[in-house]
Amino acid sequence: MDLFEHQAKELFAEYGIPVPRGIVAHTVEEARAAAEQLTGKVVVKAQVKTGGRGKAGGVKVADDAEDAYQKATQILGMDIKGHTVHKVLIEEASQIAEEYYFSFLLDRANRTFLAICSASGGMDIEEVAHTAPEKVAKVPVSSLDGIDRATAREIAQAGGLPPQSLDGAAELIEKLWAVFVDEDASLVEVNPMILSADGQVKALDGKVTLDDNANFRQPEHVAYVDKAAEDPLEAKAKEKHLNYVKLDGTVGIIGNGAGLVMSTLDVVAYAGEAYSGQPKPANFLDIGGGASAEVMANGLEIILSDPSVRSVFVNVFGGITACDAVANGIVSAFQLLEGRGEAVTRPLVVRLDGNNAALGRQILADAGLPGVELVDTMDDAAQRAAELAAVGA
Amino acid sequence: MAIWLTADSKIIVQGMTGGEGTKHTRRMLASGARVVGGVNARKAGTVHEGLPVFGTVAEAISSTGADVSVVFVPPAFTKDAVKEAIDAEIPLCVVITEGVPVHDTTEFWAYAVAKGNKTRVIGPNCPGIASPGASNAGIIPADITTPGRIGLVSKSGTLTYQLMYELRDIGFSTAVGIGGDPVIGTTHIDALQAFQDDPGTDAIVMIGEIGGDAEERAAAYIEQHVTKPVVAYVAGFTAPEGKTMGHAGAIVSGSAGTAQAKKEALEKVGVRVGKTPSETARLMREVMQSL
Repeated sequence: MDLFEHQAKELFAEYGIPVPRGIVAHTVEEARAAAEQLTGKVVVKAQVKTGGRGKAGGVKVADDAEDAYQKATQILGMDIKGHTVHKVLIEEASQIAEEYYFSFLLDRANRTFLAICSASGGMDIEEVAHTAPEKVAKVPVSSLDGIDRATAREIAQAGGLPPQSLDGAAELIEKLWAVFVDEDASLVEVNPMILSADGQVKALDGKVTLDDNANFRQPEHVAYVDKAAEDPLEAKAKEKHLNYVKLDGTVGIIGNGAGLVMSTLDVVAYAGEAYSGQPKPANFLDIGGGASAEVMANGLEIILSDPSVRSVFVNVFGGITACDAVANGIVSAFQLLEGRGEAVTRPLVVRLDGNNAALGRQILADAGLPGVELVDTMDDAAQRAAELAAVGA
Repeated sequence: MAIWLTADSKIIVQGMTGGEGTKHTRRMLASGARVVGGVNARKAGTVHEGLPVFGTVAEAISSTGADVSVVFVPPAFTKDAVKEAIDAEIPLCVVITEGVPVHDTTEFWAYAVAKGNKTRVIGPNCPGIASPGASNAGIIPADITTPGRIGLVSKSGTLTYQLMYELRDIGFSTAVGIGGDPVIGTTHIDALQAFQDDPGTDAIVMIGEIGGDAEERAAAYIEQHVTKPVVAYVAGFTAPEGKTMGHAGAIVSGSAGTAQAKKEALEKVGVRVGKTPSETARLMREVMQSL
């Protein structure tokens, strides 16, 4: 889960990392009031979970409260790379002497953590690393050793920070490591980390990605969930512990296993290219290895409550759970849904393969469920589901 | 022949007394794997599923001669369980548990390296490893395929089963599910190397998915070191940017980690990449027939 800048900075402040004073505003009036409270020059910053805000016009300096009101008017409601701006951070303007870059992140390839530091901050670090790699220090950090003040200072030095910034940067880096470890983050980025005119090293921006797998030991992280931005179907699926991602097509997808479901989306998209309207997958839904009747019913319910779905493709490989059990699950799911007053009205293409596939298909054929078609292979079933979702079908 | 897991492998199960541990211990035993005991500090000295329960991995090894551990303990305890297995220097530790925090995985990986890599870690969040007809450590359904000479390495469980099933008449030496987390113990490259060196394997199926650059690095490795034919499949061409698709590691970040880039990297080094799992199976069938 990515945090908003203001959430990242609130977290930084809890760890004693210097950040500019700031107030979140959801309306232009709140923006004016915030600027009045902060007094003097402020910066109005769009709060969206994407990069390139500055270039898109989402960060503006305002001279006073009235100007902050005007700037907030321009920024609130703006679209930045598909993200609508619902709130702005009003922050005291900083006197910047120098801008640096710093981050801790997960290095998947080397299976370790990485500290990245550069005296060339404030811009796209990947660009700097590409054009002037000597200006970017990448230092592996073992989770067994961690970071103390001395290592933090070495990293700052390796990044080319000037002597007057080293002490401040080392302290900030050491605290960022505490955020990274104690909060189970996979990314903590400060760009820019600044040296202010009065000689202080501060975090002027903040980007934090938290590891959802650690939620069991980070109960307070639930407060960071952006309910407003959550897709309603995704929220509903999450309540039922279903692994669901909403997409923008018309073929509903249910499968078991993340890899198989991803593959199903691809195969449906290829198949759809041949049909009118080029039907695409409407969602990702992995019901896991077990695929019990209740889970199947919950999955079908979520998918059928998506009005854009025109056909449904149930793609199950019977491995740990044999296909007869899966077939019985589908039959019970239909009964469960009927009992809930939500009879299945859209066509369902079912492909069962693997253990006891013949028996599973027999169970479904005998049940004679309305609108259910059995297709033997994944590729043919994808074809049929796309055909059923085609415009005019 | 097979890699890493043979008919002689003696398996212990960490977390055997739990629900998943019990269920899959039964399945492993039914498939003919030599499961010799379990580990649970609170139930040491008891018998479960007809097998002795030990207090520690070290005790289990000294009593049974076990050389493989399969870990089913919940995410909160996985790190300590794996570190215990590493301390006991068990040669192979297969971590099935899903939902392990990445800081924990990174730590136990660093620990394995610091201890001299005496323990090969597979996973976490993986289905395990199966050498059909010989042994089975994890949750791969053993009865969907037959022994043979194809080696398989995959980030995905069900896609592994799909390919094992479609090619069941040809059969497999070993299938390794390495897991879909951002940090994993055994990589595609480790498995490619082992299959290349295994006289019982003639050709290799490699299954990848979006996220990270493991497939690109595997492609570079294949170009340099693998002479056996490799057929690949990559899932997630239609996955939207920035969304985690089921597996914690399956995410396209900006322009990095796309299926297209992985496919291109593999094809560039002469690997045939199937458009669907079934097409991948067909390509492998052609390869095996041409050998």
